[in-house]
Amino acid sequence: MSGPVSAQAIHVGSDLDIVRIRKVVREHAVAAGLSLVDQTKLVTAASELARNTLVHGGGGEVTVSTEGDERGTTIRLVFADRGPGIDDVDKALTDGFTTNSALGLGLGGARRLVHEFHIDTEPGRGTTVRIGFHAPNRRGR
Amino acid sequence: MTTQPVIRLDDVLLVSLHSDMGDEDAIRLQDDIADRVASVAPRGVLLDLSAVEIIDSFLARVVHDMAAVTATMDAVTVVVGIRPAVAITMAELGLDLGGLCTALTVDAGLRELRARDEVRDRERP
Repeated sequence: MSGPVSAQAIHVGSDLDIVRIRKVVREHAVAAGLSLVDQTKLVTAASELARNTLVHGGGGEVTVSTEGDERGTTIRLVFADRGPGIDDVDKALTDGFTTNSALGLGLGGARRLVHEFHIDTEPGRGTTVRIGFHAPNRRGR
Repeated sequence: MTTQPVIRLDDVLLVSLHSDMGDEDAIRLQDDIADRVASVAPRGVLLDLSAVEIIDSFLARVVHDMAAVTATMDAVTVVVGIRPAVAITMAELGLDLGGLCTALTVDAGLRELRARDEVRDRERP
């Protein structure tokens, strides 16, 4: 397999968009041959991060793609918003940190559920979170 | 959106959640349960999560809040039917339903409520 297999962009403007994102991510996870537990981990991480985009970022866009290279298949998700950004990323990744009334496990918890996790954020300029989940055909996993 | 079924089984309320539920649906359901507990005065509420494909921190908090509200109104909530993949993911995420009564099936949940009633009746002066 080579190059991006498919990519979908979903606008995040309401809580029902989070439901849509869960469905699309599940479809990619099933197509990539992920086990039920791995599907559940990826969809749960996507749900947490999409809610961050909506609640903290004031909405934004989520891109879902399945990519293949010589090492195997990876599902990649990008959560982008133009919200207030995060002042202290390390603190935001700590369990228990929250700026609203959720449990404060969103960012740090989502990071634990996936194989790759990158966050770009700057106060006043928004936040972009990129995650990757490797399918079982990936070598050296 | 579809309305969430809250079914009355004798003196127990059976509430079924599913994965197409948005955050606002979940909050609305929480309010509905409180209203039904107030009008029916059940001895317990069975929260059936067997159709729920993921539990993230938001839904975990809603489930906690539902149990807390019904407890305040003198009804016990038993959470039933959490799928194995969901339980594994919750543990990894750092979420637990600590302090909540759980059972594997609706039947087991009903037995749990009955057992609690018998203990309460015995302890009554």
